[in-house]
Amino acid sequence: MAAIADPPALPARADDARSLTVAFIVMVALLVVAPFVVYPVFLMQALCFALFACAFNLLVGYVGLLSFGHALFFGWASYLCAHAAKRWGLPPEAAVLFGTAGGAVLGLAAGFLAIRRQGIYFAMITLALAQMMYFVALRAPFTGGEDGIQDVPRGRLFGIFDLSHEMTMYVFILIMVLAGFLFTYRVINSPFGEVLKAIRENEPRAVSLGYRTDRYKLVAFVLSATLAGLAGALKALVFQLASLTDVYWTMSGEVVLMTLVGGLGTIFGPVVGAFLIVAMETYLAQLGQWVLVIQGAIFVFCVLAFRRGIVGELAALLRVKL
Amino acid sequence: MFDIFGIPSQALFGQLLIGLINGSFYALLSLGLAVIFGMLNVINFTHGAQYMMGAFAAYLLLQYLGLNYWEALVIVPLLVGASGILVERLFLQYVRKLDHVYGLILTFGLALVIEGLFRNYFGSSGEPYQVPDALQGGHNLGFMFLPNYRAWVIGFSLVVCLVTWFAIERTRFGSYLRAATENPTLVRAFGINVPRMVTLTYGFGVGLAALAGVMAAPIYNVSPQMGSEVIIVVFAVVVIGGMGSILGAIVTGFGLGIIEGLTKVFFPEASSTVIFVVMAIVLLIRPAGLFGRLG
Repeated sequence: MAAIADPPALPARADDARSLTVAFIVMVALLVVAPFVVYPVFLMQALCFALFACAFNLLVGYVGLLSFGHALFFGWASYLCAHAAKRWGLPPEAAVLFGTAGGAVLGLAAGFLAIRRQGIYFAMITLALAQMMYFVALRAPFTGGEDGIQDVPRGRLFGIFDLSHEMTMYVFILIMVLAGFLFTYRVINSPFGEVLKAIRENEPRAVSLGYRTDRYKLVAFVLSATLAGLAGALKALVFQLASLTDVYWTMSGEVVLMTLVGGLGTIFGPVVGAFLIVAMETYLAQLGQWVLVIQGAIFVFCVLAFRRGIVGELAALLRVKL
Repeated sequence: MFDIFGIPSQALFGQLLIGLINGSFYALLSLGLAVIFGMLNVINFTHGAQYMMGAFAAYLLLQYLGLNYWEALVIVPLLVGASGILVERLFLQYVRKLDHVYGLILTFGLALVIEGLFRNYFGSSGEPYQVPDALQGGHNLGFMFLPNYRAWVIGFSLVVCLVTWFAIERTRFGSYLRAATENPTLVRAFGINVPRMVTLTYGFGVGLAALAGVMAAPIYNVSPQMGSEVIIVVFAVVVIGGMGSILGAIVTGFGLGIIEGLTKVFFPEASSTVIFVVMAIVLLIRPAGLFGRLG
């Protein structure tokens, strides 16, 4: 099986570290300046999706498993966090933790089932499981059905920082998303991550070398689901809302789109893709259903002519790792 | 009138009938998916959208050209099948050599484009389509009332499924097809035009989806999102049955329709999730699917 992401020819590791550090500093600098220029809620939304896409990319880009059901973890964590914050009155840090843990548990269950089949079946299974949990969310009393959970209080972080203040909230989201981003980077570049890449390139070979690939895949799946859950929980606080849109299959499609546009299997690709797609959806919102058509067309274009994505192409052009 | 497990027979058999109807569509659609996957190595996410196109084509032919159901039943699969051939030539032929994932993403994108376009022009509310005159009414079988049109759908889709099975498993062309699935290069060396066969197979699979769409039009409303709703369930059906066997796809499709119908009677809250639950159980017990080989 051909690898899903073809990494460009890699130069020495010292250069890698330098290009990645420079790119990271640029990214952080932009994100620090951005709220003074752009509407903070838009940035926070994009940041949440960036983390969601990074989580998804961990699985598809580095293990070669395409999940078409990541909305399951994103959306359900969002519900759980909103429920904990609103009905139980938990402080934001506990609510986010609760949502994230929910994502992890769901990831364990879904991953356990999905890794039993490979390739194309994996995508179909994750999609089907996500759809099942969509119906559960539609019926379950605590999710509020079509209304969702509205007016979720943002609360005071650690009892000190008032998150209803837009800038405080932004700082909180930025720190959490950057932490998640660095965590995925750490995972990818750990010995564990190297085994994941080996599974992506040639699973039978990894098995013959003595790795229990199923366990690695399951752990990667749970990590990915947990981070997707963190992103969903944060989003619930940002918009003070958890709704059915976040568990629907279109959301699973959107995270695929973001990662594909940015670059599968690149470090910064999902972030770039998420900002681009969220911006597109925000500015084209008045076009209504055309957004669906445009999204679809981007999918088709990316698959046919732009498989490396923006960051992948840039990395190939500059001959560095990004 | 009599009761079975405390459920009136009318209700039980009525839901069973709806289950069989849904099962016919699951069978037709998963059959098309299996045929396409066998030849093209692509999971056709556009399948749902093409089913929806079939229903809309029947509706539009009636509205604007006055062509009735029976004419639509012949013309629509050809029309939509031809559009499928166009899709294969324009897009799919370029992803066949890539990882399967790209075929899935590409066809997912196409499905979004098609659904978005239809939503733009027709809104998302849906349009009704009349049951053809010849199939109006129904028969009282004593234990239940059987509308003629529903009986026709079940019977006809069974015939279509069996004809497809026969064509693939028992005819010369079918043997070429199966050979080309196993080893396209060798089959080409025998002077058979495999790329054309691939294109036609895709057209055929899409035509099957469109046929299902025409049959579905009088039962469900004709609406742009009818395809995306059904395709995910069909994916679960395919996971349960495995794509290795044509008969397996047919049996699984009908069987799951019946299970879904029965769930509506005994435990209605779970009727929309039961197929996914069955999928999870099958994955636990027989990861390769009921009729599939592992892979």
